[in-house]
Amino acid sequence: MGGSRLKVVLLTVRTIEQGVGKERGKSSDEYFESVAVCYVDPDDLSSLGVKEGSNVRVSTEHGSVVVKTVSSLRGPHPRVVFLPYGPWANAVTYPDTDSNGMPSLKGIQADVDVAPDQPVLSLGELLRKQFGKR
Amino acid sequence: MPIVKAVTCPVCGSLCDDIEVTVKKGEILKIKNGCSMSESKFLNYNGHRVLKPLIRKNGELVETSFKEALVRAAEILANANYPVLYGWSSTSCEAIRVGVELAEEIGGVIDNSSTVCHGPSTLGIQDVGISSCTLGQIRHRADLVIYWGSNPWSAHPRHVERYTTLSEGKFERSEWKSYIAKTEASAGRKKVDRALKRTSRNKSVLPPVSVDHGPCPAILKAGRKLIVVDVRKTRTADVADYFIQVEPNKDYELLQAFRGLIRDQEIETEKVAGVPVEYLEEVADAMINCNFGVIFFGLGLAQSRGKPRNIDAALSLTRDLNARTKFVIMPMRGHFNVSGADTVFTWQAGYPYAVDYSLGYPRYNPGETSIIDILRRKESDAALVVASDPVANFPKKAAEHLVSNPLIVIDPHFNATSQMADIVFPSAFVGIEANGTAYRMDHVPLPLKKIVKPPIGILPDKEILRRLLVEVRKTKRAAKRKG
Repeated sequence: MGGSRLKVVLLTVRTIEQGVGKERGKSSDEYFESVAVCYVDPDDLSSLGVKEGSNVRVSTEHGSVVVKTVSSLRGPHPRVVFLPYGPWANAVTYPDTDSNGMPSLKGIQADVDVAPDQPVLSLGELLRKQFGKR
Repeated sequence: MPIVKAVTCPVCGSLCDDIEVTVKKGEILKIKNGCSMSESKFLNYNGHRVLKPLIRKNGELVETSFKEALVRAAEILANANYPVLYGWSSTSCEAIRVGVELAEEIGGVIDNSSTVCHGPSTLGIQDVGISSCTLGQIRHRADLVIYWGSNPWSAHPRHVERYTTLSEGKFERSEWKSYIAKTEASAGRKKVDRALKRTSRNKSVLPPVSVDHGPCPAILKAGRKLIVVDVRKTRTADVADYFIQVEPNKDYELLQAFRGLIRDQEIETEKVAGVPVEYLEEVADAMINCNFGVIFFGLGLAQSRGKPRNIDAALSLTRDLNARTKFVIMPMRGHFNVSGADTVFTWQAGYPYAVDYSLGYPRYNPGETSIIDILRRKESDAALVVASDPVANFPKKAAEHLVSNPLIVIDPHFNATSQMADIVFPSAFVGIEANGTAYRMDHVPLPLKKIVKPPIGILPDKEILRRLLVEVRKTKRAAKRKG
């Protein structure tokens, strides 16, 4: 296989780990580890030629972000990936609301590339990179 | 050690009110009955927080006095042309009420987190109407429970146990036994698989667990039935009697297919949304033949393509089903008081979210007066965020403008939005350090308890907002006298 890019449908979702992490505190390691991740179907991981825990870049027309892969236990869901709600996921979500106030947070087109040399940014680094407070 | 009983949990919209908290010397030591999120909150709330107001000076957030933060925040809000006031879903109704008064005073837009969760559901309900009830009725009477685009195992961990399939109702029994049998069978299957793998060196001897859609004898069983419709086989789906794996963004056509089926219409295609029609027919039969059915829908409907139209279809399906049997429907509200935010907004302003006071009277037009749209159009010139973390939860393009505004945050947590703020007021945790009222997802109001004292100098949201309102009025009066 050895392909290094996948076209996928991306959904941002709640996970129990994210729920527990956010209550522990958004600066906590638990929150980072539960949110800066992407749940990928095991077969799609093989297609990408990577193992669980590798860094991948998730890109949409609105941005891109590096996260760690988690092999999904909820498969099979080929070519569908899940990112827990949080700032990493929202680096790539669509702000269009179709004039009803709700941005597009589920079922959006995205690409997943292997990115072994690119780091997963911490919350502070991500905020600085995105918003560069002033 | 004193144990505080019947505590309402301030985490999700289920508002479990049977939590028992052990307190010693003003510290929470132990939690009973809570889920993992509840436990995480009660036992760790004190970890990552700031205890002094902060103000941004030379690009850095530094500690300041409450007075200085208050005066500066009031100046920002009083002088803004089009301020936005956002959040409100994780605080008390009493605080929200002051928030709406403040929005009217400064001619701002007040919006709550419904706007990025069940806002489309509200729009759907306004279009179609809703047939609903309380969770108590569902607990006692529902014999068919459907979770659609919702994964309570992760988002509302005790929902199934307290209110639906696994709860012991007056007229419907708990399905605990069948759940345990199912779990044991699945564990046994995995054990056998592992043993065979070790001996035969085969990859896997047993066929993999299939996620096709039946045919499934469980749909015909007596007692309470649980059906899950989702894009992946969630943990909730593992517990279910029937799982329908819908393709992403295809919920609308699946709902409309069900509407046709329950009216005995023929569907002239083999599959709808990736699901064979024959399996849908089985589920439609189960829907018609139940005594009391309920659909709980989550953000799988509200955030996918179609948004309010998906909800229209789900509400219409429920309406249609009521011609054949008794059926109700309810959104799975996320934050513990997001229903309360909608309720307080409605009885104060007439509208549940996205309320614009810029013309001096409340206007409501989601898509125009909703915060994501205002931020995308870069219209706001100041922002107050209360008990929420939009920098983490809004798409980056929307958060960019929010961060470029003078940004005031009132929140007990030091979250992503606080890190980007210009003024931060740390507040007491409502439901732990401050009392108040919250609305459960079925619009039942429940009291939130003060279990321990907040740290010295830390006020509840309600009190900070009240003082801010007084200060804003003072600033405006002073400006009037000058000008």
